[in-house]
Amino acid sequence: MTTPLALSQTAINFTYLVAAVLLIVGIRRLSAPPTARSGNVIAAVGMTIAIVFTFLDGDIDEYWLIAAGMAVGTVVGVASARLVKMTAIPQMVALFNGVGGGAAALVAASEFHRLAPGGGHLAGDDVGAMLFSALIGSVSFAGSLVAFAKLQELLPGRPIVFAAQQVTNAALFAATVACGVLAGATEDGVWMVLLLVGALLFGVLLVLPIGGADMPVVISLLNAFTGLAAASTGFVLENTALIIGGTLVGASGTLLTILMGRAMNRSLANVLFGAFGAAPPGGAAVAASTDGKSYREITAEDAAVMLAYANRVVIVPGYGLAVAQAQHAVRELADLLEKRGVDVKYAIHPVAGRMPGHMNVLLAEANVPYPQLFDMEDINPEFPHTDVALVIGANDVTNPAARSVPESPIYGMPILNVDEAANVVVLKRSMSPGFAGIDNDLYYNAKTAMLFGDAKSSVEKLVAGVKAA
Amino acid sequence: MSLLNSITIFVLAVFIGFEIISKVPAMLHTPLMSGTNAIHGIVLVGAMLVAGSADSTLEQVLAFIAVVFATVNVVGGFLVTDRMLEMFKRR
Repeated sequence: MTTPLALSQTAINFTYLVAAVLLIVGIRRLSAPPTARSGNVIAAVGMTIAIVFTFLDGDIDEYWLIAAGMAVGTVVGVASARLVKMTAIPQMVALFNGVGGGAAALVAASEFHRLAPGGGHLAGDDVGAMLFSALIGSVSFAGSLVAFAKLQELLPGRPIVFAAQQVTNAALFAATVACGVLAGATEDGVWMVLLLVGALLFGVLLVLPIGGADMPVVISLLNAFTGLAAASTGFVLENTALIIGGTLVGASGTLLTILMGRAMNRSLANVLFGAFGAAPPGGAAVAASTDGKSYREITAEDAAVMLAYANRVVIVPGYGLAVAQAQHAVRELADLLEKRGVDVKYAIHPVAGRMPGHMNVLLAEANVPYPQLFDMEDINPEFPHTDVALVIGANDVTNPAARSVPESPIYGMPILNVDEAANVVVLKRSMSPGFAGIDNDLYYNAKTAMLFGDAKSSVEKLVAGVKAA
Repeated sequence: MSLLNSITIFVLAVFIGFEIISKVPAMLHTPLMSGTNAIHGIVLVGAMLVAGSADSTLEQVLAFIAVVFATVNVVGGFLVTDRMLEMFKRR
């Protein structure tokens, strides 16, 4: 039973070509700020074309199954994308990535069950591609779920390490691949199930030892994995849309992962196997040295006066601002200061927050004028002429240890040189260390004053103080 | 379609994938990751084809879950990317 509308394979492949062009143009536009939003829409149109014309494929005869699945998926997808808070977007991206990987693995498993009668009837390339999708898709699914759980704080964000971890992981991976080889050789479903289970377990173990601060890089890597898994299903189903769409993501995702790592001055190997932010070997020593140093506290009123009578102020936002949803209050403070003739700029570190671009998104939400936002390279030369650097919930990206302490896990990471400003005011909840789990010498600097409390209420107090000044 | 055709398309797509994002500012890293994340939801096409030709109950169940998962990936992925990018719009 086929639909009377069924198109020829040639016609469908032609629509796939149109879809592929739209996806490529979409990604290209996504990589430049003025065109990014339209790029996303163009890619979505390309995707819609591919999906609609797949419905007209003569091989499809279970419409109800597809329609029901798409209805459920649409409801879940729309609800989660609309309801998620801006601060929770990184873990939502992880989740969407995970289900994509899961879908690729399930497609492979289902095709394996349909086509493998047991006993070497499958073409070698088909079975190879199936097993690859099942393996990579499952790793991406399980790894993404762990990344989600870490960012959502269902699991501890710190690296989870145990003895002989890398040996265990390598052995598990080898065993999983062996199951895949046996599944291909015997076409026995049992080996396929073992392959899936092994790959899921490996995905979990791969991400567990990686610290929360590295999650964006990991999600980007798993994103590339899912792309390759999808492309691989295209080899099985001989479908150009799948090969092109999946491969584009596999390639651009790999490059993006490298670019993200570079912004943090970290190699991919270091992210995956470095156990970044693990309880530092000198943990006790670090804590002890904290005791020996003293920091200076400041009241909101005093800090407000300092800001109100400054000539140049640079605001350095970080994750604390995102958590407290302080972006609107910050905008109000900046507006007040500008009205008094203070020059206000924002210093945006490429990895401030928990995802690159996090701060741009939040400040844009509060309608902070785009020309006031400065990248790290552009703002760093300004700090020596800055009267007050106002650090709001940013920590590791301001840590001078990245410049001066070769033993530090963040040594070499480019930072914002806030310590070069005449005065530094740090808004922070407590003296606890940042995401990387290391102490920040900036806080013990003689020109630094600490204003403790929730970022939003602290900024609101500063607003009141500036009004009164 | 021969295996060689598939490999040809794959290799060309690898080059395009690398070329199109060679220069991207850090502020767009996350939206770009999220946008490409939506694009690998193209696996929905595969899930549809598999669901459409599923023979046994097991295959139907697997394919149904695959369709649900892939649809969440596509729909959620594009919407959440749009939400992020909405905030970049110039005033």
